[in-house]
Amino acid sequence: MANVPKELRYTREHEWAKQDGDRVRIGITAYAQEQLGDVVFVELPKVGAKVTAAKNFGVVESVKAVSDLFSPVSGEVVEINGELAQKPETVNQDPYGKGWMLVVKPSSKGEWDQLLTAQQYEELIAQGGH
Amino acid sequence: MSATPLKRTPLFHEHVAAGARMVPFGGWEMPVQYTGIIEEHRTTRSAAGLFDVSHMGEFEVDGPGALAALQHLTTNDVAALQVGQIQYSVLCYDSGTIVDDLTVYRLGEDRYMITVNAGNIDKDWAHVTTSTAHVKDARWRNASEGTGLIAVQGPKAEAIVGRLADRDVTEIGYYRFERGNVGDVPALISRTGYTGEDGFELYAPADGTAQLWKALLAAGRAEGAMPVGLGARDTLRLEMKYALYGNDIDETTNALEAGLGWVVKPAKGDFIGRVALEKVRAEGVRRRLVGIEMVDKAVARHGYPVKHDGREAGIVTSGSYGPSVDKYIGIAYVETALAPVGTALEVEIRGQGKAARVARTPFQPSRVKKAG
Repeated sequence: MANVPKELRYTREHEWAKQDGDRVRIGITAYAQEQLGDVVFVELPKVGAKVTAAKNFGVVESVKAVSDLFSPVSGEVVEINGELAQKPETVNQDPYGKGWMLVVKPSSKGEWDQLLTAQQYEELIAQGGH
Repeated sequence: MSATPLKRTPLFHEHVAAGARMVPFGGWEMPVQYTGIIEEHRTTRSAAGLFDVSHMGEFEVDGPGALAALQHLTTNDVAALQVGQIQYSVLCYDSGTIVDDLTVYRLGEDRYMITVNAGNIDKDWAHVTTSTAHVKDARWRNASEGTGLIAVQGPKAEAIVGRLADRDVTEIGYYRFERGNVGDVPALISRTGYTGEDGFELYAPADGTAQLWKALLAAGRAEGAMPVGLGARDTLRLEMKYALYGNDIDETTNALEAGLGWVVKPAKGDFIGRVALEKVRAEGVRRRLVGIEMVDKAVARHGYPVKHDGREAGIVTSGSYGPSVDKYIGIAYVETALAPVGTALEVEIRGQGKAARVARTPFQPSRVKKAG
């Protein structure tokens, strides 16, 4: 079973969200990177861009497939992980750490509570991830 | 989404036991990867990869009319084949577009085998038997079900197969074959492949294929070999710009624009598609299959439009990351005028034009054994 850290929240599309003061850090889960296989390309928005909860904010590509990335929360992008342009494989190696993708300044507090807890996300992936 | 159950090769249980990720491919349940596509790709180039390609189809044709049947069906000159020799070739429709690409083996004086793509077995069987019904004394046999096929590819392939074979495999030249026992399994040992590396494709009876696979894995361990799935098979062939049926070539592409003119031999006499291909050759091809590399950071994929000066000028047929060349590479049809190496192109990716250029191919230097 893939690692699902207790302190994070999750989307049904396999992104994780971590509260970082008043910011939210975003990436994809260990389960997601396992399913994707070797990540070879990550396309992220620019700093200053607006993202919307449950809407597409970028793309992650493995050798075989293209997958959309969905934002857990709405807000403004204040930081992106520029290292992923050169080292997309970091997403496979350390999905909850160095493989993070965005930091967002959320525009709405209520969205956080809509996200899946670790336990709910574990149940989702136990059912095959859909 | 099809209700038809997926077919399994004789190695299905070996793959599952090894933890492979199984996916549907051309009607078959096949391993896409064991440990990871990039690692499997690199291991094939640096040591050796073992590939289950038992899903491929094998048809045999024999009798005094076998040569005439194959000459009528295929574009290459089968009369040039000696016993023990293999030829790459194409099956065309009358329109010169492609039914399938294949290899032709001359097994004996009047006996041949053709190896076809897994997803095309039923279509090809209907095509070859119907199109040659008028040819006397040529008997076809579909040996696909009873035949397993394992590719051993990479710089250590000769050492691995050599250790298990009861004959000297170093003497088998490129696109030639011999029969022998490998790991005590009777096999047709073919010096061919789809990776650009030296190596062999071993045809064995379906019920001996698992024994052969285990023997190769055991012998390969000391050489650093590993099983390799279809994911790396695809990136390995992409780096060589080997066409993949269903991606780069199909029933809408003709053999000449696909760059397969080197196996189209009208001088041999009549064959299906000859008239159409002669016309294309005389008029010149309108588009060509070329290698492309991305200048902007982006991944080209099958079906993405290719543009030049803002107008549509072609289409991507294959694309991914090339692990050995460490670039985002692809294969595309482009207008003939845009085919020269270095031509600036754009690939439209999610609505945005990304810079690319026509690249020299193969992307990765071939290391196949020279013809002998």
